[in-house]
Amino acid sequence: MRWRQGILAVVVAVLVVAGLIAVRLLNPPDYQIGEAPPPLHAAPVDTIERGRELVVLADCRSCHTDRGGAAFAGGNSIPTPFGTFYSPNITPDPQTGIGRWSAEDFWRALHNGKAPGGSPLYPAFPYTNYTKITRRDADAMFAYLRTIPAVRKPDRSHELSFPYSQRWLLVGWRALFFRPGVYRPDSSRSAEWNRGAYLTQGFAHCSACHEARNALGAMQSKDNPSGGLVLNWYAPALTNVTEAGVQRWSEADIVEFLKTGKASGNAPAHYTSALGPMAEVVYESLQHVNEGELHAMAVYLKSLPEIPAPTDLGISYITPARLLAMLDEGRSLYMDHCAKCHGDEGDGRPPAAPPLAGNRAVQMARANDAIRIVLYGGFPPGTEGNPRPFGMPPFYPTLQSEQIASVLTYVRSSWGNTGHPVSPEEVEKSRTGPLW
Amino acid sequence: MKLVALTAAFVTWAALIDRAWGEAPSLPASPPLDSMAHRVTVCTPCHGKEGRATNDGYYPRIAGKPAGYLYNQLINFREGRRHNAMMTYLTQFQRPEYLQEISEFFASQELPYPAPQPATVDSSVLDRGRGLAAQGDPQQDIPACSSCHGTRLLGVAPAVPGLLGLSRDYLAAQLGAWRGGTRRAQPPDCMAEIVSRMSVADLTAVTAWLAAQPLPPDAAPEQSFERRPPLECGSIPTAQRTP
Repeated sequence: MRWRQGILAVVVAVLVVAGLIAVRLLNPPDYQIGEAPPPLHAAPVDTIERGRELVVLADCRSCHTDRGGAAFAGGNSIPTPFGTFYSPNITPDPQTGIGRWSAEDFWRALHNGKAPGGSPLYPAFPYTNYTKITRRDADAMFAYLRTIPAVRKPDRSHELSFPYSQRWLLVGWRALFFRPGVYRPDSSRSAEWNRGAYLTQGFAHCSACHEARNALGAMQSKDNPSGGLVLNWYAPALTNVTEAGVQRWSEADIVEFLKTGKASGNAPAHYTSALGPMAEVVYESLQHVNEGELHAMAVYLKSLPEIPAPTDLGISYITPARLLAMLDEGRSLYMDHCAKCHGDEGDGRPPAAPPLAGNRAVQMARANDAIRIVLYGGFPPGTEGNPRPFGMPPFYPTLQSEQIASVLTYVRSSWGNTGHPVSPEEVEKSRTGPLW
Repeated sequence: MKLVALTAAFVTWAALIDRAWGEAPSLPASPPLDSMAHRVTVCTPCHGKEGRATNDGYYPRIAGKPAGYLYNQLINFREGRRHNAMMTYLTQFQRPEYLQEISEFFASQELPYPAPQPATVDSSVLDRGRGLAAQGDPQQDIPACSSCHGTRLLGVAPAVPGLLGLSRDYLAAQLGAWRGGTRRAQPPDCMAEIVSRMSVADLTAVTAWLAAQPLPPDAAPEQSFERRPPLECGSIPTAQRTP
């Protein structure tokens, strides 16, 4: 019997070693420290101040601060299809925050997506983008985070459904979808373009929302160049001018939009405003970012390749007879509830109410945002450049889902607009779930 | 077959896009474009035209409430002391100066109130409600509503709201939320303290009586306290706490 136990022990040992080797092979640590394209503006010389600016651009505070809670002390809930994540405390508190971390630990979290001790982090923390942040910039961010007041607040455990609650499975996820990497400058492009690409891909992590994700939550832009769904909002594709692409905007209009949350009347940017999750990004992060950095981002965003957006998403089948009835009802509702501000012909009353004719947010194949804006209305963010924004009134208290479907179907097909019909079921779906 | 139907739908669809729609009906005049009245159209679907709401629902009237009170509530929604997803959604990314301006706009509205809801409870309950509002209950250490909310219960500027002209549902929901800890105010939270001393029967009685009271023609809040309020309240500016 003894020899059998011996063999079992050897087999177990071999399996453990093989497992460890597999984990190591699947998730190799990466030590590239990267080199950032230098900023074109007079960046702060002081490391802490430079770190503060980078922390603002990376928008760390938005996720790491609970409503009404101390800054960076975590506890904010982040609902996802996999369950609810609760952001951790990143103040310098030694027990409950990251007070015992070294600069090396911090960089490893950003660059390799691993906590001190090596356990893999959930990619709700966008290390898939932050991996491009250089060691030097990560050190500056860490130096700044050491200066914020330490707050004693224990982290709340994530509430994830099975199997996502099994953290060790991230080893497989990372093997499939994550490679640590640094920003590689493109020498055929200008210094400003490279700076913009570095900021946009890494710090600002725009793709975390504006690119589609697969069923396992990994970005899949190469297979499916569409935008992404975030909290029931659709973050439109930046690679398409009929969605959020700014390829034909002037750089000044792009900077104005990022800085103030609204674009002026110049075509084709005319009266675009940030709503929903983008309002948060502008309010918490972009409005505080140096205009030189925003200009670099604008240069990069403008240069993104144009890829046709998928057109076969979110179409509901509606019979011709039903469609006719919806359009009739939709027009009458439009005249009663919308025309006063948006004009009989959808020409709007800017800047209070944008034109709906030719408005791309109204016509996108994914009607999520148009539905949510009619249901819940909302304000663009209040910023220095737009301190008293006009807003859209919510219609969920006054209109039924059928009525909202009809009015949207009318708006999406009038005055030259070419959006698909919207079904009452699609509207109904947006009546539940988190608001932003 | 499905393909044929789908194609037919799209052909009809394409034809409809170009259809001419005839004359629009005449519409009521809208407020001047660059005005607060135009900006607050966001608020009026729930709070009623000009913020006066009806008195039969859950949404409170905001017209004519003291500006400081309204502003405190907007900040409370932002900071998680009050819970209403829609209110948080609308206020969370606005500058405090703008929220103050919105508060002042609604505070400055002097509009007639609708007739009160008829009471549906026994007169003994109403008597208890009136007693709590006017005298409180010294044995339970419950101060009278009027000791903070003004002798006429129409509020005290800038931070204490009037209690009349609100629906019973709304009043009951607010006191219930204080009792359950889901509505809070800046500490020290005097209302939370008072509600914790009240029985459910008392909450019912006082809300029934308040909702049944008519408003005088001049329903503006008082400008100052007659006496020092019985409890410390974080929402009342310090300078005002001693009259």
